[in-house]
Amino acid sequence: MDKPTPFFSNLKCRECGRLYPKQAIHVCDFDFGPLEAAYDYDAIKAAVSRDIFRSRKRRMWRYRELLPIDGEPTIGAQCGFTPLVKADRLAEKLGIKTLYIKNDTVNYPTLSFKDRVVSVALNRAVELGFTTVACASTGNLANSVAANAAAAGLKSYVLIPADLEQGKVLGSLVYGTNVIGIHGAYDQVNRLCSEIAGKYGWGFVNVNLRPYYAEGSKTMGFEICDQLDWRIPRHTVVPMASGSLLTKIKKSYDEFVKIGIVEKTPFSIYGAQATGCAPISHAMKKGTDIVKPVSKPETIVKSLAIGTPADGYYAIHAMRETGGQAEDCTDEEVVEGIKMLAEYSGIFSETAGGVTVACARKLIESGKIPRDEEVVLCITGHGLKTQEAVTGKCGALREIKPSLREFEEQIYAKDMAALQSVNGDR
Amino acid sequence: MATVRIPTPLRKLTNELEVVEAGGNTIAEILASLDQAFPGLKERICDDEGNVRRFVNVFVNDEDIRFLDEKNTPVKPTDEISIVPAIAGG
Repeated sequence: MDKPTPFFSNLKCRECGRLYPKQAIHVCDFDFGPLEAAYDYDAIKAAVSRDIFRSRKRRMWRYRELLPIDGEPTIGAQCGFTPLVKADRLAEKLGIKTLYIKNDTVNYPTLSFKDRVVSVALNRAVELGFTTVACASTGNLANSVAANAAAAGLKSYVLIPADLEQGKVLGSLVYGTNVIGIHGAYDQVNRLCSEIAGKYGWGFVNVNLRPYYAEGSKTMGFEICDQLDWRIPRHTVVPMASGSLLTKIKKSYDEFVKIGIVEKTPFSIYGAQATGCAPISHAMKKGTDIVKPVSKPETIVKSLAIGTPADGYYAIHAMRETGGQAEDCTDEEVVEGIKMLAEYSGIFSETAGGVTVACARKLIESGKIPRDEEVVLCITGHGLKTQEAVTGKCGALREIKPSLREFEEQIYAKDMAALQSVNGDR
Repeated sequence: MATVRIPTPLRKLTNELEVVEAGGNTIAEILASLDQAFPGLKERICDDEGNVRRFVNVFVNDEDIRFLDEKNTPVKPTDEISIVPAIAGG
């Protein structure tokens, strides 16, 4: 592999533009605005091309010039390049012409898009000399920090709301990490982490390492363009918790235009939330960019239950600038969304994916997404992690003895009779 | 005097003190008295109209003042106030 050159030199305040050294800091000393990696796009443009990207392995690191680490990635080297699935049956069900699923339920190693952000954050953590890493998480992030830290030999602490789904708790514990269950909602976990980040010299991936971490989400958008043979999809639907992923998908499309990898074509980005915790969607629908926090989220969609979304303001502007919209859906619609995705595309998603499908359906039915244009749904985590959501809601096991007679009588004959009655009704 | 927890980005103004004390009956008054003790602190936390900046969260005990009465939220001498950067998590 050719040796990487760092194309980012500073962190920069997104609000006032003040520059900072690329250390473990995440907010501007002056106005508390978020710090972002600043790149030299002219240098990147001169250094990369479609052919250069394509000559590299099919991993998220294919686009490493646009990621904020200095050296060769040593952690999460296998991450990314999940399938972009053309989902014709689901398209037909939703009544649209062309539909793709960006399937991050099979991301490596922990089956969610968080593997992308953690890969970047932990490589940067090691470059900055951290030996203990940590996070505030609704589950998926904790799983990914725990797994990637274990593989890299880093000590880790993951802080989560104590009432998360079993699969997400076990999916952290198994790696031997320190799992701390906080009696409180995610926002309280987050506040605690903000107060202790830096105190013990730990690298908190989504606090003091957040400028690096957040950039990892861009690779989902880069891959979508690459997999569409170097073009930007017309409509992209993204689930929103903090709103960070949505802003970074937009940034990825903008950056590919800026460095001449794709043509500048119109695109719209839509955000999806669960109605029980929809601060960004509600603000967007009201036409304001003031995001009113939700003090007590009430939804089965725990992975999106962030009442005080850090990037809500920027997510609203990203949707507005691209002509996108926000939508939210009930818990019943989430379950329907999970089942519809599974039954019509063969993909089993966690609750956040149910939100994305259900909200896309509403956006299509209300005419906000035109039926004859192409849509990409970002499906961000695997369904086996949130089994509670669909347990008892997907039909039941039919049990018989290992006997041909029982099979014929109780299964085959009954199914044939049911089929005939359906045909007879037509 | 209420207790105020100062976040890392502001400790250069408080001589690296993590916890300080401030008098006042509301958040606005607390911020004004903090600014007297540590000049320049208020403009970091508040915009030109005196409202808490978009990317700052202020808590009285465990409640975000956005759920209370914003800058007019009453403060008792026994209260603990935390100023926390809003950009984190997700």
